[in-house]
Amino acid sequence: MSEAIKQPVSPEGIIQMQGVNKWYGQFHVLKDINLNVKQGERIVLCGPSGSGKSTTIRCLNRLEEHQQGRIIVDGVELTNDLKQIEAIRREVGMVFQHFNLFPHLTILQNCTLAPMWVRKMPKRKAEEIAMHYLERVRIPEQAHKYPGQLSGGQQQRVAIARALCMKPKIMLFDEPTSALDPEMVKEVLDTMIGLAEDGMTMLCVTHEMGFARTVANRVIFMDKGEIVEQAPPNDFFDNPQSDRTKLFLSQILH
Amino acid sequence: MTTHTFKPDMPPPRKSVGAVAWMRANLFSNWLNTLLTLFAIYLVWLIVPPLLSWTIFDANWVGTTRADCTKEGACWVFIQQRFGQFMYGFYPSELRWRVDVTVWLAIIGVAPLFINKFPRKAFYGIGFLIIYPLVAFWLLHGGLGLENVATSKWGGLMLTLVIATVGIAGALPLGIVLALGRRSNMPAIRVVCVTFIEFWRGVPLITVLFMSSVMLPLFLPEGMSFDKLLRALIGVILFQSAYVAEVVRGGLQAIPKGQYEAAAAMGLGYWRSMGLVILPQALKMVIPGIVNTFIALFKDTSLVIIIGLFDLLNSVKQAAADPAWLGMATEGYVFAALVFWIFCFGMSRYSMHLERKLDTGHKR
Repeated sequence: MSEAIKQPVSPEGIIQMQGVNKWYGQFHVLKDINLNVKQGERIVLCGPSGSGKSTTIRCLNRLEEHQQGRIIVDGVELTNDLKQIEAIRREVGMVFQHFNLFPHLTILQNCTLAPMWVRKMPKRKAEEIAMHYLERVRIPEQAHKYPGQLSGGQQQRVAIARALCMKPKIMLFDEPTSALDPEMVKEVLDTMIGLAEDGMTMLCVTHEMGFARTVANRVIFMDKGEIVEQAPPNDFFDNPQSDRTKLFLSQILH
Repeated sequence: MTTHTFKPDMPPPRKSVGAVAWMRANLFSNWLNTLLTLFAIYLVWLIVPPLLSWTIFDANWVGTTRADCTKEGACWVFIQQRFGQFMYGFYPSELRWRVDVTVWLAIIGVAPLFINKFPRKAFYGIGFLIIYPLVAFWLLHGGLGLENVATSKWGGLMLTLVIATVGIAGALPLGIVLALGRRSNMPAIRVVCVTFIEFWRGVPLITVLFMSSVMLPLFLPEGMSFDKLLRALIGVILFQSAYVAEVVRGGLQAIPKGQYEAAAAMGLGYWRSMGLVILPQALKMVIPGIVNTFIALFKDTSLVIIIGLFDLLNSVKQAAADPAWLGMATEGYVFAALVFWIFCFGMSRYSMHLERKLDTGHKR
């Protein structure tokens, strides 16, 4: 089979969404989404539940299929072609709300699985890289335990390390702290801040507005499947333009 | 600032101890329980002593003919004398060592897989699974320098084990493929798998065996025939794979959607997602169900009598019909039951061991 068709990454950005529409049956979840993300940019998506923010980032690695419009990630257009999809998934790491670690594998095996089977890396090399990232998320001592033996915060840090082991160019975070006990939120956010400082391109769906303020280059507010407003965090929080944004901010910032 | 000191752990409260206290709590706690206990003791007294005297104390253990069975109890001489038939059927006596070698090879070959530290286990296991069936077939059936033994002469426990192991080894992979197919996104594959499963689950095994031996030859061209045992084996595999498929599908459905998504998001394709992430978890979850199916399969092997094959149970039946051993049916059936029980209980214990061994404590 042929390799994925790759075009040079456009100066517009490493991620381009052009006029993306999506429906669940009759329900129009994404309405004409246009979004360009430059390399190294850190984007926070927020909005009320059901606004389509998770769906948006899940379209970027084809966990959800869009029905209209174009999505180009790292120069590869997402089509029904499995080669294209897999080429994109290799370059895009994802962290989920419920961690989704593989419970039958140890922490180390969780981290080496994709590098060994997708990148065809030899086991020793994959383990070296895995230990490097586990050290970065500060839990190398847990490498030989199973996910079920770790706390929620630790599991989510492993999930971040697991995604990093593929050396992705883009990281997607889908409400990474929403399922955590309050006392564990900080350790995960700290890990993400460290990642941001290294220049990773990040798209993060979160309700952690403090994190958005310190880390994001741009905050995107979505409601009812549309991008309502986007702005750098200071403008967004201190001077929101639309009524809908003001209402949302007043509700979550108390 | 005050420092909080935690209270020390206390031992849990202790209830009454000792045998008398235990009996008072569990057997004689009120008048109804006392009555039930006494009734149970009466039942045990009624059943156990006669059973023991029949099977052991009053039983006949030595001799060569029916006339040697002079005592009241069971005549185990019958089992002793016909043991060869029960184990090998009509397999020629001078060639029975080949069956023994096949069994020993299986035991020796499988043993390393139970040693935790054995290197390259997966590699060895796959090699064993490829080579052993060929060797076993050669030893049992003959050819290449060994005298041929037609499958119509196979019988007894040996035949039971052949049908059960081939049935299990064939039905498990086929069942897994069918289960995956039934959940496939491709409509054509899904329809084929659903039809297959529902067809084979809808017909009784007896019908399958009967059709394979009576009806199938009618549809084959003149002069073409293939082995009766082979037809029965194929029938058993197809039949049981439908059951295995449904058990495995239960496991696949129990895996949270997030696992599929996480595997997909990493770039693992369909087969690697299934093989590395989903199936290891799903199969582990359905071990009890799969073993249940296999135990049923093991016992269903006796149905091959319908096509004139003599497994353990049918060999016993046949031997009991011998005029020289009239009236020995009870001993024969007790023996057959014991052998079946040993194998089925073994499978059950092994599945429990496997569940414990594979448990990684991820109950959510």
